[in-house]
This record gives sequence, structure tokens and C-alpha cells, in this order.
Amino acid sequence: MDYFDRFAIPHPSPAIYASMVAIGLTVIAILIGLTYFKKWSYLWREWLTTVDHKRIGIMYIIAALLMLFRGGVDALMMRAQTAVPDNKLLDAQHYNEVFTTHGVVMIIFMAMPFIYALMNFVVPLQIGARDVAFPRLNALSFWLFFMGAMLFNISFVIGGSPDAGWTSYFPLAGNDFSQSVGTNYYLMSIQIAGIGTLISGINFVTTIFKMRAPGMKLMKMPMFTWTALITNAIVVFAFPVLTVTLLLGTMDRLFGTHIFSMTNGGMDMLWANLFWVWGHPEVYILILPAFGIYSEIISTFSRRNLYGYTSMVASIVIISFFSFLVWTHHFYTMGQGPLTNSIFSITTMAIAIPTGIKIFNWLLTMRKGKIEFTVPMLYSVGFIPIFTIGGVTGVMLGMASADYQYHNTMFLVAHFHYTIIPGVVFAMLAGLTYWWPKMFGFMLNERIGKWAFWFIAIGFNVTFFPMFFTGLDGQARRLYTYSEATGYGPLNMLSFVGAVGLAIGFALIVYNVYYSTRHSSRNIGSDPWNARTLEWATQTPVQAYNFARTPHVDSIEAFWDYKKKGQPLFKGSIEKIHMPNNSGVPFIMSCIFFVWGFSFIFSMWIPAIITTIAIFACMAHRSFEKDDGYYIPVEEIEATEKDSEVLADENR
Amino acid sequence: MKRKLTLLSLVIGILAVLAGCEPVMVLDPKGPQAETISNVIWISIATMAIVVIAVFALLVYVIVKYRASKQDEDYEPPHIEGNPIVESIIVGIPIIIIIFLSIVTVRSTYEVEATPKGYEDQKPLVVYASSSDWKWHFSYPEENIETVNYLYIPTDRALEFRLYSYGPITSFWIPQLGGQKYAMSDMITTLHLAADVPGEYMGRNANFSGKGFAENIFHVEAMPADEFDKWVEEVRATAEPLTEDKFAELLEPGHLGQMTFSGTHLEFLPPPEGHNHGTKHSHEREHDTDDAHGDVDTDHSAHK
Repeated sequence: MDYFDRFAIPHPSPAIYASMVAIGLTVIAILIGLTYFKKWSYLWREWLTTVDHKRIGIMYIIAALLMLFRGGVDALMMRAQTAVPDNKLLDAQHYNEVFTTHGVVMIIFMAMPFIYALMNFVVPLQIGARDVAFPRLNALSFWLFFMGAMLFNISFVIGGSPDAGWTSYFPLAGNDFSQSVGTNYYLMSIQIAGIGTLISGINFVTTIFKMRAPGMKLMKMPMFTWTALITNAIVVFAFPVLTVTLLLGTMDRLFGTHIFSMTNGGMDMLWANLFWVWGHPEVYILILPAFGIYSEIISTFSRRNLYGYTSMVASIVIISFFSFLVWTHHFYTMGQGPLTNSIFSITTMAIAIPTGIKIFNWLLTMRKGKIEFTVPMLYSVGFIPIFTIGGVTGVMLGMASADYQYHNTMFLVAHFHYTIIPGVVFAMLAGLTYWWPKMFGFMLNERIGKWAFWFIAIGFNVTFFPMFFTGLDGQARRLYTYSEATGYGPLNMLSFVGAVGLAIGFALIVYNVYYSTRHSSRNIGSDPWNARTLEWATQTPVQAYNFARTPHVDSIEAFWDYKKKGQPLFKGSIEKIHMPNNSGVPFIMSCIFFVWGFSFIFSMWIPAIITTIAIFACMAHRSFEKDDGYYIPVEEIEATEKDSEVLADENR
Repeated sequence: MKRKLTLLSLVIGILAVLAGCEPVMVLDPKGPQAETISNVIWISIATMAIVVIAVFALLVYVIVKYRASKQDEDYEPPHIEGNPIVESIIVGIPIIIIIFLSIVTVRSTYEVEATPKGYEDQKPLVVYASSSDWKWHFSYPEENIETVNYLYIPTDRALEFRLYSYGPITSFWIPQLGGQKYAMSDMITTLHLAADVPGEYMGRNANFSGKGFAENIFHVEAMPADEFDKWVEEVRATAEPLTEDKFAELLEPGHLGQMTFSGTHLEFLPPPEGHNHGTKHSHEREHDTDDAHGDVDTDHSAHK
């Protein structure tokens, strides 16, 4: 019996037991449903073994949305707990677990897959490629991320969640102060998902450098592809740091080393430094693709080319460079002295300059345009003022002396939500709505979408604006409760009201998907938005091979110029297309990784050794495998391309 | 959009009324360091307001003027690549703003990291503030007394806090007297503060440190120097001495009320400074007999 005690939850509560039952029932329901409708082989054939970047993108979206709601429930619990002083809804331990999982889930398991979802779906289409450079690695990336996320999400019903904050500073996260297995979950699940992200980074950098359509010079790439390139370059440089950091943390917790411990020469500040050397570039990894999406959308719905393309490219390159030079601003108060703090203050504030260029370029793109307020455009226009508030408070936080007062307060919490939510979440919702017709062949309902937007935009401001004030009034972050005397009550209540508004907005988005699936027109053509870039030159829904004939690009907005000026886009005749085969190995390997992570978390060494061998066996299997892919014959392509508008245009 | 702007201004209005009842702590300074930071914050708010207003005005202008619904059916937006003059303006003005703010930052950072202005010529009061799970221990080495969870300080005198921790990283913060600084187990960090106004202030640990973090608060009282001296005398006369066993008991995780002792724990558990820096400092620390803890006095030669 002792053996099983380790898997028990250290701090049970009725809510956790209820979720346990719900998780069990959901899993059973899914298994019964798949068996009843005989969908197992379909699932395996079409989804689990797929190497098609579009399907992987869609799976990323499903996973990201699931995690969005999981993190959102955490957020609501926190706001409900702090809505009134001395609230007894959650106890301290439970609240600590909730804000920790909220941070990890939202950043690593929601925002990251969401940007990779859109990159996966859009980038190969934008550069006129058939797929990413390494399709099977792409599948492995997704499944590793997915298994990492699942591993993290079982933590609160098996063994307990991490409770040291999403930054997981040692020594608090060390064995002395965090005895539960929670932090092991944190270390292993992020490690697994992080390996997937690193593979993706390499994959996309290669794809964008080597697979562009003929004629597409670097300075002729669409803005989203540019941001994807720079983002993945940051990933390649930043994620190895995370891998090593988590490895060192794992060594400390599982094998008794003293790297971050308080005794025997450990350095507790080393974790903070290493973590933020990855963590700060990470926030730019999140925001840059969003900038790319906004550039695409604002230009499309202003019916104008992007203003200042060159300065836009220059600014993202500068931002990516600076992103590695500011990590110390996360702990000005660590006592490194005024000289270091001054240097990092200046580099931090300097990032405002390229970001400012981008904001003004978007405004100038809208100038003299013909602005249509579709849902994606609403998100983009709403982003500008809210993100500006987030940006200027970022400059305020960047001033070291002032940061001694803001550090670790709700002011900081308000700031990073003011950047991440308009920056990432709005961008992802905008991008999702914008590319939805390309993905699924119908449009999301505009009216419900607009209602959702207003709920989210207003709810967001009502939630987070009060935090600037409570922070300046001395409310530290991560407080599970506060006394009546502090006077934080009314503003926190207001935050809770706003959070409910946000929740309604997200619920409307779900309803919108359901409603549109039922009622939207399926007859929308391949270019419903009258857009400007290559991905809209394919059929809807996109065929497995993307482009029947390789596009030839002569300008930044090749598709627009083809539509308006009759610039030829496709030349030559249809030839047979080489495609990669599906493979079950990425999925199987990731399942093994899941067990591997679980074994390490609970220090079960025999399964850990077996799974390690199995992982290497999978790699060996791949290296000896003969897999030349297959060809799609010309007749088949011509049959599917019959209805294609672009081809019809050309034959006229 | 208009709806949103009205709503936003409504929210800001309500908040201004709410916040207007009394000034928020950080912007209601009671000491020179906090005042410096408060001024920096006001300067940054004013500067950033210019940026925010400029962006908002431009945004409202373009979305009102260039809406599709206001334009002719056959209006074709022009193709504009960019304009060197406009682009140098949108680069230039931010650069000027950042240079200005950088100067403000560097000067104020050096200022709050040094002895407060106007107190350079006097000897500061040294207080060792150490945190353990979830308490603060304040040792006054020169007065040879120690308190738990409350801090009495004289006004109009420089205070030099030396911070360290017997547990996870914590952050020592008295919002109305100045900024915060981390307290860590392996080194001493120094925080310079001073109080101008007698009164009671809230102090807390601002860095998440586990289960009892929310209640990790201490009470600060600033009083004129003669009152402070009287209090020190009283404590020396009446409080029980702090023994090694008693202190070990205090370090146990949990919450304690306010306590007062004569003698400090620095005698038998030297803080991590001088040649104790970087050695092991934890509950199971061996008592090194050859430890000199004379650093306490020698350190001030600079101030004399």
C-alpha cells in the first residue's frame, strides 16, 4: 500500500475529486464513442500518424484551445478567491498550485502551441511550399508537446501540482521547501514539450530558408513568415538554455546535487538567471508571430500594402537581438548594484523603440486605406491601444529605480497581462478567425464574433486595469488573501467582474464555432477576405499537396498583384508530386516519452531505464527505415484541380 | 470602438474616484528614497502619457476617417512603400524619450542605492533583517537587541538594512520608505532607507515563499530619536535574552506574533558576509569556532 501512497494527492479538496471523476468519465466517453462509431482506424490513419503540416496545425489548435480553457478556469478561481478580503474559497496551498499551473499552462501549453498552430498551417502555404522541411519531425514536435501538456495536466489528480510559481525559483522549488512531486511534474513536462519546441524551431528555420517558392527573396516574404523565421531563430538559441536549466533542476531534485540549493555551495540566484535567459526571449517568441499576424490582417482589411516593410523587418530583427540582452530586468532587486541595473534598464527601454516603429507603421498602414471592421480587424485595432498601455507600463517597469517599487506587485501582473493578452491571445483569435475559412472551408459568424470581441476587450480592461492601482498600493502578487484593512477589496471585486466578462467572451467563441459549423455557408470560394498573400491562392480546403504547380513570386504581395495587375503566378504544366508517407513512430515515441517522464517524476528507475532504451530504439528504427514517400499522379491532381479558381482564371 | 473608448474612460474615471480617496502607498512617500522613486514614477507616467495620447489620437483619426463605410465604392487605396521623413520621426522621437528616461533612471538608481541624501555625514543605524519561513527577524547589533515581526526605527537618520534569509528568497519591502530588495541565504544585500515622518507603516515580504507567504508581514514604526533610544533602553532592561536554542525554535516554519529579545542571534549564527559569504548557512549549520564575527564593527570604518 505504501507504494501507492506516493500517487495520492497531498491536499485533497472536493473540487479536485470532482475533476478527477470528470476526467475519468470524459476519457471513458471518448473511448466508448470512438469504438461505437468505429472511428479508431480513421483516427489512426488520418490524424495520429499524419505528417501533413495542415493537420498538425489543426491538432495544435485543438490542444491550445483545450489548454486555454484549463488555464482560464484557473484564472477564474484566482479572481474568485481574491474578490473579497479573507476569502475561504481556496486555501493557501491550493491557491499556490492554481497560480502556478495557470502560468505554465497559459504560456507553455496555450500560447506556444497556438503560435505553432498558425505557423504550421500558414508558413508553408505563404512561401509556396508543399510541406515543412522535415514533416515527420514536425509530427514528433506536436506529439512531444501534447504529451508534455497531458503529463502536466494529470499532476493535480496524481501526486499534486507544482506550487512554487511558474518561475519555480529555487530554493523554494527545491526538495527542502517543496516536498511534493509537483515540481518534478513541472520540470519533466516542460522538458518534454520544450524538446518538441526546439525541434520545431530548427524545422521552421530550415523550411523558411530552403523551401521558398522561386523568386521569393527574403525581402519578398510576407510579414508573418518573416516573424516566424525570427521567432524560430530565437527558439533555436533560447530553448537549449531551458533544457539545460530544467536538467540541472531535475538533478537537484532527483539526484541530490547542490546546484541551486542553499547549502554546500549552491547558488540560488543561478536558477533565476538561467530561467530568465530563456524566459525573456520566450516572451518575444510569443509576441513576434502576433506582430506578423497583425501585419497581415491590418494590411488585408485596410486594402493597402504594409507601410514601411523594410523598417518592420529591421525592427523584428532588432527586437530579437535585444531580447537576449535584458533578462536581468526580472530581478533588479537581487542586489547586483546600480551599474548593472542601469545597463539593463537602458537595453530594456531600448526595445520600446522598434516596438514603437511597428505600432506607428500599422497606424500608417491604415491611413489612406479602406478599413473594413471584420472580426480579425477588430482584434487588431483593439490590440493597438491596449498593447500601447502594456508597452508604456513596460517602459516604466524597465526603469530600475522605479522597479524597486513595482517588483513582485500586481502592477507587474497587470503589465504582462496587458502585453500578453492583446499581444498573443487577441492575435491568435484574430489569426484563427482569419485563416479559419482556409482550414475548414466555412466562415465563423461575424455577429457572434463581434459580441465575443467586445466582451473580451472590455472584460479584459475591467479585469486588469485596477491591478495597476492595487499594485501601487502595495498588493504583492501571488497573495492568496488579504485583510479588510488593506482596502484592496473593491478593486479586486471589479477585477472579478471583468474576469466573468472575459469568460463570457470565450464561451461565445466556443458557441460561435458550434453555430458556424451548423449554419455557415460552405460556398465561399478560396479567397473570402480578398487577401494579399500566397496562402489564398490554394483551393479551399487545401489539398494535401498545397499547390498543384509551384508559384513564381515577383513581389511582396504576389497574390494581390496577380489579382490586380495580372502578374502571372503559376507557370508550366502540372507534374506528378512527391509526398512523404504517414508514420506512427512520432506518436508511439511520444507515448513512450510520457511514460518516461512519469517514471522520472516518481523516481521509478526500472521503467525509466526501459523507456529510455525504447526511445533510442525508435530513433534507431527510423535511421534504418527505407521510406521514399510516394507520388501523386498527374491525373489525380488534374481531377482535384478541376474546380480550382486560379486554374480556371489562367485557362480563360 | 467609440463604445469601447467611452467604457474605458468610464472605468478610468471610476478608478480615479476610487483611488482618489487616499493616495496609493507607493506614491505617498514618507522618506527620501521613496520620494525619489515616487518622483521617477510621476515623471515616467507623464512622459508615457504623451506616447499613449499620441497613439490613441492617431488611431481614432485613422479609423474614423478611413472607414470603408465613409468612402466611395471605387476608392482604391494607394500603394505607399514608406517615407524617410515620417520614418525618421517615428524612430527619432522615441529615441529622445528613451534617452531622457535613461538619464532619469541611471541617476535615480544610483541615488536610491546609496546613503539617502542629507544623511551622508552621520553614522547610519545598521539593522540586520533576516527572514525565515514566514517571519522577519530584526537584529540591532549596536543596540544589542532583536525583534521579531516588528521594526522600530528613528526618524531623520540613515538606516542601513542588511538582508539575508534562512529559507527561500524573500524580498524586504516597506513601500512608503523605499524600494524592495531580495534577501537570500548565501549573501548579504544592503538596502538604504530613511524615514522623514514619524508614523506606522506596512512592511512585507514581496517575493513568493510558499504557504505562509500572504501573512508574511511586519509592522514598522518610525519615531523621533529620543523615543527610539528610550525604547532600546527599555528592551535591554526588560526583554529576555535570545539564546541559541530559543532562536532555533523561532526558525521553525510557522507564524509568530511580535517578539522582543535582548542580545542578537548574530553572536552565535553569523550572517553570510565577510569570510562567511558563500559558506553553508542553513539550519544544520555547524558552529565554526574560528568564525570571527567582527565584521559588524569593522565595516563602518568607511562611514566614520
